[in-house]
Amino acid sequence: MKKRNIALVVLIAVIAMIGAACSSSDDSGGGDFKVAIVAPSASNDLAFTQSMVDAANKLKDDGVIGEVAVTDGTFVVDDAAVAIRDYASQGYDLVIAHGSQYGGSLQEIAPDFPDVSFAWGTSADTFGLPNVYSYEAASDQGGRVMGLMAAALSKSDNVGIVGPIEVGDAKLYVDGFKAGVLAGKPGATVNVNYIDSFSDVALASEAAQSLIGAGADVLTGTAQMVVGAVGVAKTEGVLWFGTQANQTSLAPDIVVASQVYHWEHMLEEMVKNVKDGTLGGELYKITFANDGLVIEYNDGYDLPADVKKIGDDAVQVFKDQG
Amino acid sequence: MNEVFTTAVMVAVVASAIRLAVPLLLASLGETFGQRSGVLNLGVDGIMLLGAFTGYYTVLKSGNVWAGLLAGAIVGLVLGLASAVIAVTLQAEQGISGIGIYLFGLGMSDLLFQKLVGTPIPIDTFPAVHIPLLADIPYIGEMFFQHSLVIYLAFAAIPVATFVINRTTFGMKIRAVGEYPDAADTLGVSVSGVRYATEIIGGTLAGIAGAVLAITLGIFQQNLTNGAGFIAIALVYFGAWRPTGIMLGALLFGFVNALVLELKTLEIIPRDLSNLAAMAPAIITILALVFVARRFRAPSALTKPFTRGK
Repeated sequence: MKKRNIALVVLIAVIAMIGAACSSSDDSGGGDFKVAIVAPSASNDLAFTQSMVDAANKLKDDGVIGEVAVTDGTFVVDDAAVAIRDYASQGYDLVIAHGSQYGGSLQEIAPDFPDVSFAWGTSADTFGLPNVYSYEAASDQGGRVMGLMAAALSKSDNVGIVGPIEVGDAKLYVDGFKAGVLAGKPGATVNVNYIDSFSDVALASEAAQSLIGAGADVLTGTAQMVVGAVGVAKTEGVLWFGTQANQTSLAPDIVVASQVYHWEHMLEEMVKNVKDGTLGGELYKITFANDGLVIEYNDGYDLPADVKKIGDDAVQVFKDQG
Repeated sequence: MNEVFTTAVMVAVVASAIRLAVPLLLASLGETFGQRSGVLNLGVDGIMLLGAFTGYYTVLKSGNVWAGLLAGAIVGLVLGLASAVIAVTLQAEQGISGIGIYLFGLGMSDLLFQKLVGTPIPIDTFPAVHIPLLADIPYIGEMFFQHSLVIYLAFAAIPVATFVINRTTFGMKIRAVGEYPDAADTLGVSVSGVRYATEIIGGTLAGIAGAVLAITLGIFQQNLTNGAGFIAIALVYFGAWRPTGIMLGALLFGFVNALVLELKTLEIIPRDLSNLAAMAPAIITILALVFVARRFRAPSALTKPFTRGK
């Protein structure tokens, strides 16, 4: 019996140490404003989580905030809820629950910490709570822009999209991309494959194979599991459009462009509001017009000038609309 | 609906099913050795994750996919040994200790990835090997004979495992220790020694399974296996602790997954039923498990620690 107890204690201790190591915090920088981010995937996923972590770190570098703490990899909502509550009780000024799946937890936790500001997204719902901000990305805008370019680049008039689960930001992007392709080439085929997972890299990879098998010569996809799909596109020599973060490094030969989320403008305004005493109650939305969305082209890909113009013109339309 | 049953679609589905099945097959085979000797290791997924990271990192640094596979195997071997120490020598409750190993693999693989790599960087993948003549057979060649070498080796491991378990002295000892450890001990068989050996085999194969997954995908990401190790454990029950049954289970799981993906691509499954379709592989596996459980029984000593004279 003693041996079993020793084994269990050792295991628990090792796991606890790893858990502690997986949470990171960096307080070098100006100010004493503390921001915590709780996110579902890795902070360097080249997708959703990285976009927010990069934004917070940029503000830290700029001296707008003093400390950024990140707990990533919390696909399990209950784990995220524990982290959110911990950060709130530790006196963080702004706790960002970076995942639409965390809404229910936040709705329970936020009222317990009326002096702490919370933000969550992507969503348009603050639950009517005075200390909750919500935020979303108009990812359909970038989707449409890149869909128009994809239509112009596709020789087979067949474009494929790998989606995670048909909700929120992912659905917006997929719908926008599909609309863009069909606006560019009304007769084109656009196959969409939602794999019903945000994390199954192998399944995303097979979905890309399936779309290519159905004739697609241009692919896109959203969420962190698309790294597998990008690999397939690279192997098969099929063009790729990225979203959420710049995905050029995954396949410099075939990534045409990426819609990149720049949350820093929104985050800076949110921090200013919190410092001024407004802890929540507002909705933020990043768009092309407020520079929250940016199309970053891959300089290594020889994009024809006329196709780039299609993209630039479409971005301008969204900027003009405001 | 007719477009589903075109030759091209079915060829793609079968080829995809084989790719999806292989990591599960390797991990399940390894777990079979352990369970036949009476040790349940719920930590397979954690070992796969560390094998995946080690394999990925080795390829990233060396550019050699076979070195990556070897590195995954070595890490699996070490974790298999650790599992044996915990389950056999320390006699920890196998379910709990397995979960501990899983969490260790999950956390450590992510930690190492964050510290040593950072952002996902693509690596070389296993090259496809076209089997001469066979690869040129229309449709059949594309389905079965244009895969990477590891896929052929994984399927070659099935008859090898069957032979080892059923036709060798070592296999007889494994079965004896898993069914009647006291009797085996009386006959001079080292119960602990056999269980150590099977756990090391199981860990090594799980490490290889993880490395195969990462190197096939050409990338590593947090929780890359996405629970494949747990499916592998379920497949051991599905296959009634027999390598051939496990192979059929892994192929069925891969086939249903691949077919569902194809049906979604062709928009034959309505979008609002997509979630239900995604559950199909799990549902079929559970139904099969119910069927198997009624016809076959687990090794008698499974999960029971052995103490001489008790």
